[in-house]
Amino acid sequence: MARLALRFSVLGYLALLLLVPVGMVFWRAFEHGLAPAWDAVTTPQARHAFWLTTLITLIAVPLNTVFGVIAALAIVRRPFRGKGIVNAIVDLPLALSPVVVGLALFALYGRNGWLGPWLSDHGIRVIFALPSMILATAFVSLPFVVREVVPVLREIGTEQEQAASTLGASPFQIFRRITLPAIRWAVAYGVVLTTARCLGEFGAVSVVSGRIEGRTETLTLHVQKSFESFDLVGAYSASVVLGLMAIGTLLLMTLFKPKEEAG
Amino acid sequence: MSSPPAVAALKLTLGAAAIVALINAVTGTAIAWVLVRDRFRGKEVVNALIDLPFALPTIVAGLTLLVLYGPRSPVGIELAYKRTGILVALLFVTLPFVVRTVQPVLLELDREQEEAAASLGAGRVAIFRRIVFPNLFPAILSGVALAFARAIGEFGAVVLISGNIPYKTEVGSVYIFGQIESGDPAGAAAASVLLLVISLAVLLTIGGIRRWATRHDG
Repeated sequence: MARLALRFSVLGYLALLLLVPVGMVFWRAFEHGLAPAWDAVTTPQARHAFWLTTLITLIAVPLNTVFGVIAALAIVRRPFRGKGIVNAIVDLPLALSPVVVGLALFALYGRNGWLGPWLSDHGIRVIFALPSMILATAFVSLPFVVREVVPVLREIGTEQEQAASTLGASPFQIFRRITLPAIRWAVAYGVVLTTARCLGEFGAVSVVSGRIEGRTETLTLHVQKSFESFDLVGAYSASVVLGLMAIGTLLLMTLFKPKEEAG
Repeated sequence: MSSPPAVAALKLTLGAAAIVALINAVTGTAIAWVLVRDRFRGKEVVNALIDLPFALPTIVAGLTLLVLYGPRSPVGIELAYKRTGILVALLFVTLPFVVRTVQPVLLELDREQEEAAASLGAGRVAIFRRIVFPNLFPAILSGVALAFARAIGEFGAVVLISGNIPYKTEVGSVYIFGQIESGDPAGAAAASVLLLVISLAVLLTIGGIRRWATRHDG
């Protein structure tokens, strides 16, 4: 009895908090049929927002994947001073408010920021333009690949790599033939998490982008603007697009999830 | 930063984050327990669903909650522009943390101890309190710390549902955003530094808990 009671309270909590609200948005988006929803996500602004989100994600994810693998190798394999600090800094974006990330970029690249005058003298626009949005997105999605790869690197140890080395393999060969195959699933899982974070980034981009419609408006910013200008079908429909991407991410996550975590 | 709206926003943020972290300690442990120890159809789907708040953009999370619990709520529960609304939004985005830290520990937990206690006549509550809970405690604590850190900084999920009324429903991140928008980066920076210090403290605490837990593993 106690077991059933616990099961149904847990399922009820999840339904009220997650399932019913998300289901409601899908229902509200298609309340008046498929056509208005389709029209809402194919307006020039919505299409541009979708394209911009995709572009930023396509730049930020490879950057963080390469950085993530290198950082994980450095943290696990190369003892160096201040390793603890590097470890903490990698985790920082997880604990830091995205708005604070945006403000930090503002303080560095903004008109009155440290690099601001130099940048504007050379005609480089960072704030209220694409570069700052890429920087913000890359910042907030930085930890995921590192955090997935580090434990796997620790677990596989260095025996195989040392064996390869004594047999005359170059560092690059060792990485390509031994290390990379061992960490590939962790990298894949990290990439999925990074992608989800990039597609959904809102707070930091909201601060640095200036939210110029048709120019620096990403899909998440488009959702907020549509909602605040009472274009509810637009907001719900764009949310459905983002929601479908999230569900896709969830499916990939279940596929790539490290075995010991699987329920 | 010592301006009254800033102080009110920071107090609200810390209070809400603390309440949300505590609720997560209970609900997260219960969810992990059901996912590991219970058996029912569709458990795999529920398990995958736990990650939805990580996958779903926060602004969409806020919007979904507003559709169900906003003005003209179809279920008759209106939480928009209230502090309860902030709590629900934060509970949504922080849901996975405790579940995902407790679940692997619970999976690894040897059931022999529990069976031995049961054969010696210990009741369910006694077994949980004396055997299961002490084993889960470091994991719960580290999940709670992660949830707390996330709740302190949350912006997207809160910005729509809270209504951002100064002194009442304006949280720290929204206050900072407002300061930037109104051209007062100095005021924004001061409040940011405070949030930054709290985040760092929480990160270091998590690191400490991890070291403590691994030492206790032997």
